[in-house]
Amino acid sequence: MAGSGLVLHEDDFLNLSRLVDVLMRQANARFVTLIDRNGQPIAWSGMMMQLDRTALASLAAGNVAATETLARMVGESAFCALYHEGERDHLLIASVGDVAILLIAFDERSSLGLVRLRVRQIGPSVEQLMRRVLARSQADEANASARLGVPEITDEDIDNLFGDRF
Amino acid sequence: MPFINYAQREITCKLVYYGPGLGGKTTNLQWIYEQTNADARGKMVSLATESDRTLFFDLLPLTLGTIHGFKVRFQLYTVPGQIFYEASRKLIVKGADGVAFVADSQEARYEANLESLRVLHANLEEHGLSFAEMPYVLQLNKRDLPTALPAAVLTRALQCKGEPVFEAVAPRGIGVFETLKGLIKLSLSRLRTETTVAR
Repeated sequence: MAGSGLVLHEDDFLNLSRLVDVLMRQANARFVTLIDRNGQPIAWSGMMMQLDRTALASLAAGNVAATETLARMVGESAFCALYHEGERDHLLIASVGDVAILLIAFDERSSLGLVRLRVRQIGPSVEQLMRRVLARSQADEANASARLGVPEITDEDIDNLFGDRF
Repeated sequence: MPFINYAQREITCKLVYYGPGLGGKTTNLQWIYEQTNADARGKMVSLATESDRTLFFDLLPLTLGTIHGFKVRFQLYTVPGQIFYEASRKLIVKGADGVAFVADSQEARYEANLESLRVLHANLEEHGLSFAEMPYVLQLNKRDLPTALPAAVLTRALQCKGEPVFEAVAPRGIGVFETLKGLIKLSLSRLRTETTVAR
């Protein structure tokens, strides 16, 4: 199978969003994003109006991938978290098992210790849900009836997408 | 298969421009960025070194419209061509829904094209992805250079599975949108095939 193969159903999205909301509140964060290992934003919470979520998620996943190679070079299998310290705003990028990434942005209203604690507390629930999402996605691949919500795409639909753009 | 988000009613396809270093992958994305309406594109993220070589990747998000109420989004990525950026290249290939191989037509880059193609196959295999099933197009770039090998020679050497071949001069936009359109068609058709098969 090509691609991320991720199929996110509404109930899973809501449950993951709920967890991300809880993490944001408990960590006093500015915003939190849950990202899959391929760099797709899954759920988010907080003040992200001006931010490009797609770019943010891709860069975070790229960062984690590059750091994993660094980890192996020094004899670790992986680093579980990356911390970027700014003058006012800071980022913690934490691996959730091997299934997802949590990116937490925070400022002086919180602290690295608090954010790390909250990530550790909520991480297992996020991991469990993400594993469920991945299992469901795989099942959707194999299960005929589960894919009924996907639109029937015709050649005309595809041509219409391009319109006069190209 | 693309990322299908029922909650947001979105289908997201990750399309990857792969190929040897300095072959014109980033130039393809830059042309698309410059020629696309601002309402259809996101910010282009480019992580390049001072010598303009791609360090991590370039990313250009495009939203072309909707199909049956699903917003169809594309994320165009380039991979760093240099052999030592294996980590980021692997990450990007991992979630690919389609690949455009951007070959450098110059005779001096003949071996680099073959090597890059070999690494692409290896990267896909590592992630358990089947090259045979992957939506895939071949672009022969730099057709305007005097050192370019004949297209027939390159096609014979690089075409792997009867994929569409596009001749291009990326800085002038020649063949750039044709390549993208060809890849998008194959990627979305695949979703349809999978859906049909699933039914």
